[in-house]
Amino acid sequence: MSAILEVSDLQVSFHTRHGVVRAVDGVSLRVEAGQTVGIVGESGSGKSVTCYSLLGLIPQPPGRIEGGRAMFGGQNLLALSEGELQKVRGSRISMIFQDPMTSLNPYLKIGTQLGEPLRLHQGLSKAAAWARGIEALREVGIPDPATRMDQYPHEFSGGMRQRVMIAMALITRPELLIADEPTTALDVTIQQQVLDLIKDLQKRLGIAVIFITHDLAVVHEVCDVVNVMYAGRLVESAAASALFADPRHAYTRALMRSIPALQDKGQALYTIPGLPPDLSQLPTGCAFRARQSEERRGLCLTDRRPRLREVAPRHWIQDCPGCVEGGLA
Amino acid sequence: MLRFILRRLFQSLLVLGVVFTATFFLIRLKPGDPFAGEKAMPASVRAQMEKRYGLDLPVWKQYFVHAASFARGDLLPSLRYEGMPNAKIIADSFPVSLVIGLSALTVALGVGLPAGIIAALRKNTWLDYSAMSLAMLGICLPTFVMGPVLQWIFALKLGWLNVAGWFERSDWILPSATMGLIYAAYIARLTRGGMLEVLNQDFIRTARAKGVPGRQIVLGHALRGGLLPVVAFLGPAFAGITTGSFIIEKIFQLPGLGQHFVGSVFNSDYTLVQATTVFYAALLVLINLGTDILQAWLNPRVRLT
Repeated sequence: MSAILEVSDLQVSFHTRHGVVRAVDGVSLRVEAGQTVGIVGESGSGKSVTCYSLLGLIPQPPGRIEGGRAMFGGQNLLALSEGELQKVRGSRISMIFQDPMTSLNPYLKIGTQLGEPLRLHQGLSKAAAWARGIEALREVGIPDPATRMDQYPHEFSGGMRQRVMIAMALITRPELLIADEPTTALDVTIQQQVLDLIKDLQKRLGIAVIFITHDLAVVHEVCDVVNVMYAGRLVESAAASALFADPRHAYTRALMRSIPALQDKGQALYTIPGLPPDLSQLPTGCAFRARQSEERRGLCLTDRRPRLREVAPRHWIQDCPGCVEGGLA
Repeated sequence: MLRFILRRLFQSLLVLGVVFTATFFLIRLKPGDPFAGEKAMPASVRAQMEKRYGLDLPVWKQYFVHAASFARGDLLPSLRYEGMPNAKIIADSFPVSLVIGLSALTVALGVGLPAGIIAALRKNTWLDYSAMSLAMLGICLPTFVMGPVLQWIFALKLGWLNVAGWFERSDWILPSATMGLIYAAYIARLTRGGMLEVLNQDFIRTARAKGVPGRQIVLGHALRGGLLPVVAFLGPAFAGITTGSFIIEKIFQLPGLGQHFVGSVFNSDYTLVQATTVFYAALLVLINLGTDILQAWLNPRVRLT
């Protein structure tokens, strides 16, 4: 399969009063047509910034893309002008966001917002865009779509709003959908419905999805490939089946141990001790060192940053002797 | 919607009744009376005058007589300007204030809105800082400083306009500019604040992710919400601007309504105080109703019930 998006060595930093924050440091990603690629990590690990910077959605300044390439359909997204990026956004790459309560414009009718990408990118008339909007609402399972078009976001529940967001993102039939924690802000029962909807539409429309989340259970359910990020860098990247069968990096294993459903009942829940490091003052060496267990901490690299190594086809691991038990042969 | 308007109009009548009652009694608590002048009035003349205007009646009776004629729409004759009905005084002076007020409002919105929007879009740049410094200056400068400064520049130095008076068509320019620029300063600050708040919202990011160009994001997505504080401010401000400012009318020697607000109180012209106050209150109530409808139109989450 050929890649529709190939990000290599992306570097993004934020220049703030408190110094330079290296939010994304050398991240490479590959998304094949129709594939679902997960990016997993804690808050502040750089997973959202990675995707936002591809579409020029990080505020610049203070944000700055320092290097790397993002090849999408023969063009480097990072080298496009704002005007050229506008033609890609919402047309060939769409996004949905975490909080459906605030992501829709409260002052505009659902129908107006829904049809906007069509009017912008495909030059449709108001009436034609409206008609397609009704179709799109039906497609995401919103009852009585013609009436709903005339309503405002506050008349929708959270789950319904996320359906509207999905309909809006997919209305132009993009090649790639970036979903930034699309289920995090929803009720558990609604989460499953929204996940099912995304999976279903993806299959029907054949789009690729980048799924940003901190929830490994969700990743397990929807993703073909998983990228685990920590402190702005990839620590492990592999096919989902391989990763879940044999997580190699200490951080990946710690994340899996933290899934509540997989832990014994009656025991205190396992959480990873400590906090992610301050990205403006990263220690040299392994970024996960401070949160390692006592006995392995001493083995972590302190003099240089661990490099990614391919241990099996398309299975990459950050090569730190403390984090990878037995080392990488 | 119609029910909302009808109910608000009914409420307005109550408000006007309360305003009428309060001013009726308050103005009579003030020392002095309508016929107090430099020369003492012979007692017989005074008695005749009081009889003619019904001031010899007990106060409660006067109240009902006055209330009844106001309710009929008769604003009574002035006690001070002999033979002048209050309605005619207002009808003569209000158009002057209205013209000045409306053009001041045009200046205020025409300068304030763009300045606020640009300042918000170019936050923390020299454009923002200079627009906001000017706005701060405009808020701090009283009209009695701004007015003479404009008179000095455009009338005395450049000789383009008359210093004061109400004779030529161009005479409305300086007073409207004086009043307008000061309101523009408030509007610029409110617009900037409102726009900044909206531009930081998640739905603006959604619009960007949809590929909406910058200008359309401002006009189509941000402006509606960003203007809400300005609209809330404009309602009462509109009534204040169009009913005239005593200071502006003094500086520019205008025959507007503002002079009567102040003059009638000094003169203890009971019926004129009554008439101007009720007129002002009615205007304010109507404009607030208009503001509420405009806000509901801008913000679908506001329901008119």
